[in-house]
Amino acid sequence: MKFTLKIWRQKNAEAKGAFVTYEIDDISPEMSFLEMLDALNKGLVEENKDPVAFDHDCREGICGSCGMYINGHPHGPVPAVTTCLLSMRHFRDGETITVEPWRAKPFPVIKDLMVDRSALDKIQTAGGFISVNTGSAPEANSILVKKHDADEAFNSGICIGCGACVAACKNASAMLFVSAKISQFALLPQGRIEAKERVRSMVEKMDDLGFGNCSNTGACEAECPKQIKLTNIARLKREFYKAL
Amino acid sequence: MALAGLFLLLFLPVHLAINFLLLKSDPDPFNRAAHFMATFPVVKIIEIVLFAALIIHFLSGIYLQIINWMARPVRYSVASRTETFFFSKFMIWTGAAVLTFLVIHFFNFYFIRLGLVEGNPEDFYSVAHDLFKIPEYNIIYLLCFILLGLHLFHAFSSAFQTLGLDNRIWKPVVDAVAWIYAIVIPAGFASISLILWLFR
Ligand code: SF4
Ligand code: FES
Repeated sequence: MKFTLKIWRQKNAEAKGAFVTYEIDDISPEMSFLEMLDALNKGLVEENKDPVAFDHDCREGICGSCGMYINGHPHGPVPAVTTCLLSMRHFRDGETITVEPWRAKPFPVIKDLMVDRSALDKIQTAGGFISVNTGSAPEANSILVKKHDADEAFNSGICIGCGACVAACKNASAMLFVSAKISQFALLPQGRIEAKERVRSMVEKMDDLGFGNCSNTGACEAECPKQIKLTNIARLKREFYKAL
Repeated sequence: MALAGLFLLLFLPVHLAINFLLLKSDPDPFNRAAHFMATFPVVKIIEIVLFAALIIHFLSGIYLQIINWMARPVRYSVASRTETFFFSKFMIWTGAAVLTFLVIHFFNFYFIRLGLVEGNPEDFYSVAHDLFKIPEYNIIYLLCFILLGLHLFHAFSSAFQTLGLDNRIWKPVVDAVAWIYAIVIPAGFASISLILWLFR
């Protein structure tokens, strides 16, 4: 397959970026989007040019580092996949693909498509944990959890912190991410103990970092690679009111 | 934002019910209802709360919108292709249109009662009938009610999300009321305008 790539290039956080157009050929439909970028970078390195910087790690949809904005969609046009699992067969041969970094005030560009997503880590460290003694794992059945609650907590817990919800939201709101992290703990007895401080400090941190507010557009849910549901945001609100 | 908005919603069916009296050929019932709304002490207190809700809703809407715009200083070059709740993207603009209409509406009615604009506050029936004879007024009126409907359709479910109601349980109820507010209420107001404009 052949593609025209319009990729955002930016030397560093201070530099003014711009789109650079590349032509690429010999891409097989099974290749992932990142493998396609690897092929592009191999060519650039061979020509002694600066390769395109992008974040990646696991390449199997679990680490959340590979986010980029592809043709108007975070993680590309296919629902429920990360960029690393997006295969090139979903694009038309000869298509022009525009690739931009996540755009949000709390996610400054580091280089090219790589942004600093540590704002999400800051929210997480503000309260997204439970305080327990370390040591050997306790007996799993000593605290019973309803199957439904365990499943719901799991469904929220699979958020990989990729930031696609922020990237998709017209307000650059991190509400879906925060609501997933809050829900994961709120639904389990172990998480209830610190529930009030948790929601207060995570929401405060989210606001301080300059994310926008949720206006319920549903863009986050539509683009989340882990299909985190908007109902989590209603739960976040309930938890927040309980903590007032 | 949500609570103030929901409070404003309560007022609309009352206003609509009174407006239906405009269709009677006798001006008396409408004028008496308008007089009651202007003078009854309980209504006067509700009126103050209503204005407070309006101002809170307006100011918090603008404040939140500014924060939201600031949260993305560099825009994407490709416009978003994400599927969203369509009208949710235009709340500030549909809201602004409704506010513009409210200002016109105040000039036409409320300010007469306050003595700021000339007119007979005891005969709003004739004021309304005269206004509905002006085609431009009717067009602006209809347009604003369509925009109000679009505003309310998204507003309703969003307000319940803000209040933290579980969508899975309440969704059918919320959706039904949202449809009523988006279609039935604006259609009610619009039908009065159309009847008076075209058939009287
Ligand atoms: S909620 Fe979804 S889109 Fe947002 S960070 Fe988590 S996995 Fe990514
Ligand atoms: S590289 Fe880990 S999720 Fe894509």
